[in-house]
Amino acid sequence: MAVITIREALNQALREELQRDKNVFLMGEEVAAYQGAYKVTKGLLEEFGPKRVIDTPITELGFAGLGVGAAMVGLRPIVEFMTWNFSILATDQIINSAAKMLYMSGGQFKIPMVFRGPGGSAFQVSSQHSQALESWYAYFPGLKVVMPSTPADAKGLLKSAIRDDDPVIFIEQERMYGQKGEVPDDEDFLIPLGVADVKRAGTDATIVARSLMVPLALKAAEELEKQGVSCEVIDPRTIRPLDIGTIIKSVKKTNRVVVAEESHPFCGVAGEISAEINERAFDYLDAPVRRVSGADVPMPYAKNLENLAIPGVEQIIAAVREVAYL
Amino acid sequence: MSRQTPNSASSSEAKGRAAAAVIEAEPPASEASVEARKAEQKARIKGLDRETLIELYYQMLLVRRFEEKSAESYSMGKIGGFCHLYIGQEAVAIGAISVIRRDDYVLTSYREHAHALAKGMTADSVMAELYGKATGCSKGKGGSMHMFDKRVGFLGGHAIVGGQIPLATGVAFASKYQGTDQVTLCFFGEAAVNQGAFHESLNMAQLWKLPCIYICENNQYGMGTSLERAMSLKDISLKARAYELAGEIVDGMDVLAVREATERAVARARKESLPTLLEVRTYRFMGHSMSDPGNYRTRAEIEHHQERDPLKLFFATLVETETASEKELADLDKRVREEVAQSVRFADESPEPDPAELYTDIYANPLVSSEAVY
Repeated sequence: MAVITIREALNQALREELQRDKNVFLMGEEVAAYQGAYKVTKGLLEEFGPKRVIDTPITELGFAGLGVGAAMVGLRPIVEFMTWNFSILATDQIINSAAKMLYMSGGQFKIPMVFRGPGGSAFQVSSQHSQALESWYAYFPGLKVVMPSTPADAKGLLKSAIRDDDPVIFIEQERMYGQKGEVPDDEDFLIPLGVADVKRAGTDATIVARSLMVPLALKAAEELEKQGVSCEVIDPRTIRPLDIGTIIKSVKKTNRVVVAEESHPFCGVAGEISAEINERAFDYLDAPVRRVSGADVPMPYAKNLENLAIPGVEQIIAAVREVAYL
Repeated sequence: MSRQTPNSASSSEAKGRAAAAVIEAEPPASEASVEARKAEQKARIKGLDRETLIELYYQMLLVRRFEEKSAESYSMGKIGGFCHLYIGQEAVAIGAISVIRRDDYVLTSYREHAHALAKGMTADSVMAELYGKATGCSKGKGGSMHMFDKRVGFLGGHAIVGGQIPLATGVAFASKYQGTDQVTLCFFGEAAVNQGAFHESLNMAQLWKLPCIYICENNQYGMGTSLERAMSLKDISLKARAYELAGEIVDGMDVLAVREATERAVARARKESLPTLLEVRTYRFMGHSMSDPGNYRTRAEIEHHQERDPLKLFFATLVETETASEKELADLDKRVREEVAQSVRFADESPEPDPAELYTDIYANPLVSSEAVY
């Protein structure tokens, strides 16, 4: 097993899947000649040529829809958004075309494609370039939403997403591209969509965390261990389909839950997970499910304000102590 | 960038730009007299065999009768939701689709019954879809605005104005990627031209030389808002120039004119892998949808356009050139009415979708974990 960054893991996944299937192509702003705005697509133009690694104009609605059309007749597009912020311009094609095509055509037209790119909070880029949009996309039946938190997950999940026959929203965390971890060398290393991962086993409280919140939850768990609280950290890895079974199993064991996320709380994924737990395991709860979410404000620029807007380890610790009545 | 028009491109550029050279600056079709139109259509008939001409008339008539029956069924409550009729515009879909192959592709908007029929879908499967039945082309899940048939290359039925334009561009992209010589026809109304999707798509299509033919059905109204009130540059064909596409104005009331223009565009797409924008000037005789009160245009205006009825025009041409007798065409009409009546019986008698269908066709790859929530 090699130790590589999330950026490199994603690059490997793209390279291997482009090698494996000639119907796979990659398209987006600056993905080819520039080597990717975040260097995730580095070297791919050189290896696969301009037919399969394509620089687009800045025309998100257009190339997202072009990808959906190409998927209707047999190609497997990977459409990169330079950041998910720009996908907002393409939501008509993602939601009205990609998500609904199979259903409204009575099962005739599947859309095997991946929309991917960095999302969530970035470093001091203010409101329009720093936001978490997973709850938008997870809302729609027909879409799958994936958010990896480690290099191994990033590689295994992206390969599965590319081989999947449904449109997959693949949200990488902009702050986490440089994070390192072990990744299996196997070219067929796949992680199935819809399977959560227990990142740390524990007995006293469950922390459900995704994306940027996973390393923070693990740090919080370490600290809480010292305080005598054993935490189980669960990363759903895919938001839709959501592996609620693994979460419920943990809740039945620990009876206390904190759901951590960097996104806004209102109408968010943590609220949904909380509702699922209440419906399925209310009798097992010893305390109300507690959410830790990003501040309900547009992202500010100033460093101190930005720090206040994104949940940190301390907030997760405080929430766990709250549900444990400590 | 030179400000030359494609027509006056220098000779070194001429070859590459030849495709962009077809911009006819004819007056709007609506201004031509009925007699002048007849003469034009009669001239166009030369070289076309009788079988082709009768088939074109049959298809236009099928659409006309099908839509009349749809209106009737809608009024009876048999068809729900929105229902956008094509009466008045028949020459556009029928003329254009008549020159492509079965393995070519068609995408259009929500005013789509005609395109579906023209591409080879049966009246039964289209009517059953309108009736929301299991035997409909989309199993009753799409309705009037979302018809699909993979077998004949009919790729929908899209109901967000302009939404099908990037999709069609992608279908054409795939044909080029796969190295086939298939072409894609993309139909949309003139109101879609004001959407970003139109401009983004034309830019990519010419940039990447995609075999897509953009057919703007200019019926002069986007719902109740006239083109005059909605568009700054009213000559839509000129918008092709902004992206260096070939562009052409076409008389949308003359099925043979539409056919000829589409033939040129198809050849350009198939042989040179180049896109074209056709502005086809037409008029819808009915409201925007069945629920349209129609208070934004006068009776006189509608009647003026009805004199240019594409079916009447073609009927006169066929009879006056002795291609067919009035009796033959009347018999054909009887056959068409029976075909449509049969489709209504089929739709009426077909079963509703099984309730279990509510939860099918959401994902192509269902999940591994049965406890997972979608």
